[in-house]
Amino acid sequence: MQCDVCQSKEATVFLTQIVEGKMQKVNLCEACSKEKGVNDPTGFALADLLLGIGASQEIEKSPAAVKCGVCGFTQADFKKTGRLGCSHCYEVFAEGIEPMLKNMHKGTTHTGKAPVAYRAARVHGEKIKSLQANLSKAIESEEFELAANLRDQIKQVETELPK
Amino acid sequence: MKFSRIIANSGEWLSGDGPNRHIVVSSRVRLARNLSKKPFPGWAKKAERLEVVKLVKDAVEHLPEMAESYSENLETLSSLEKQVLVERHLISREHAAKGVGSAVVMNAPQSLSVMINEEDHLRMQAICCGLQLDKVYEMINRVDSELEEVLDFAFDSRLGYLTACPSNVGTGMRASAMLHLPGLVMSDQINKIINSVNKIGLAVRGLHGEGTEAMGNLFQVSNQTTLGEAEDEIIGRLNRVIEQIIEHEQNARALLAQRKPITLHDQVGRAYGLLSQAYSMSSKEALNLLSIIKLGIDLCVFPDAHRFPIDELFIETQPAHLQKGAQTQKMSSEERDALRATIIRAKLLQVPQPDIDRLKIPTPATNEKK
Repeated sequence: MQCDVCQSKEATVFLTQIVEGKMQKVNLCEACSKEKGVNDPTGFALADLLLGIGASQEIEKSPAAVKCGVCGFTQADFKKTGRLGCSHCYEVFAEGIEPMLKNMHKGTTHTGKAPVAYRAARVHGEKIKSLQANLSKAIESEEFELAANLRDQIKQVETELPK
Repeated sequence: MKFSRIIANSGEWLSGDGPNRHIVVSSRVRLARNLSKKPFPGWAKKAERLEVVKLVKDAVEHLPEMAESYSENLETLSSLEKQVLVERHLISREHAAKGVGSAVVMNAPQSLSVMINEEDHLRMQAICCGLQLDKVYEMINRVDSELEEVLDFAFDSRLGYLTACPSNVGTGMRASAMLHLPGLVMSDQINKIINSVNKIGLAVRGLHGEGTEAMGNLFQVSNQTTLGEAEDEIIGRLNRVIEQIIEHEQNARALLAQRKPITLHDQVGRAYGLLSQAYSMSSKEALNLLSIIKLGIDLCVFPDAHRFPIDELFIETQPAHLQKGAQTQKMSSEERDALRATIIRAKLLQVPQPDIDRLKIPTPATNEKK
């Protein structure tokens, strides 16, 4: 079998990866596998191989023309620098960034410190959630008086938007 | 405050005292923050960077912690001055390469410093001696909370603090401790330790962080991930690992003293001999030999009173610090090596010869707990 990259030497390294249910295979010769850094077969490396241009699979998923409305950053720029353009880019390129974060970190949701304004919103959201849980319980156990009371409470809390 | 004044004294983290000071040189926490909807420094145009510097510098200078501070735009600093700040761990090597559109603010004891427009709009750090990551985090957390009142930080309710590089997103926090581990190096256990620390998602690096060589038996241990764990969880994990490493280092030192006393005496004696007699010495050689003297102090072979002068040499013999104190304009590396040896000889003159009979085997950590 021939190497997929140089198309000349015999392939000795075979990579298979399943991304979202689709199987991707690459066959490489010794030299090309070293050059592409395949000894670290993360999603990145394989996607790079498949696309052959050093593009990461994550970025490829967002359509090529997407540009950040705030700072004008594109995927091509990310490919070059490995850094994003501005905080808004996280929204624009969310689809591509998500799997990358999964690879890099312990989780995908922040559980640490938040600015005061967000902390208030977080507490507020949790309060409503717990009231709603109590409401479902009350309805289930047919305690309708309590349920009506809870419903009013939720309405009340919902109007108290945190600043 | 002027550069010369702030730099005249060594930082608080070097001269102070802290828990486990004999193994943990310093504890440091840095937070990365960015302004909402403003292009990150690497992508921003010059005018945009200047605007951010103005905004952030003003906010930082008005912090109560910065009442007595040194604040400067990077283009006004010479490359030598920037290098001095790097050697003191006050700015990063990356930041030293910046010019127009970047700035630095630090307090007089050099325990807090804020880099403006490094990779992120703000990189703020607190540094302290010994193992006290919790205290250091508290220091920098207070600064962050104060700044948050006047600056609009980029934050996402799900992803946390947003940073230029996705590898810092979430807490934006890098907590690290500088460890002095001659025992583990001499007993060939250091690679085993580094490998196992790496396996649990923490990084071990050399003296000046990413991609630098380990010199003077100094190693930096830090967290690698920033998303999915709260700050106190990350620091707790780091603390537990560092305490383990301290225990291993203590055991290694005790074992060396018990089983290989000749090797130990020989190393200390040679280090003392070279440092007190050499007329030319490279930075690397100096650090490696000073590390052995430091170990000698820990083992009571040298009087404890010499701890600070020796610790100071670790910084004072770095290239930029030497050049700063030199008479000539730009020294060649030969001239620097000669000057380094002269400075070290002068200081070693005050240190008595190693007294091997006083060698005290440190109590292994496990016995202490019982």
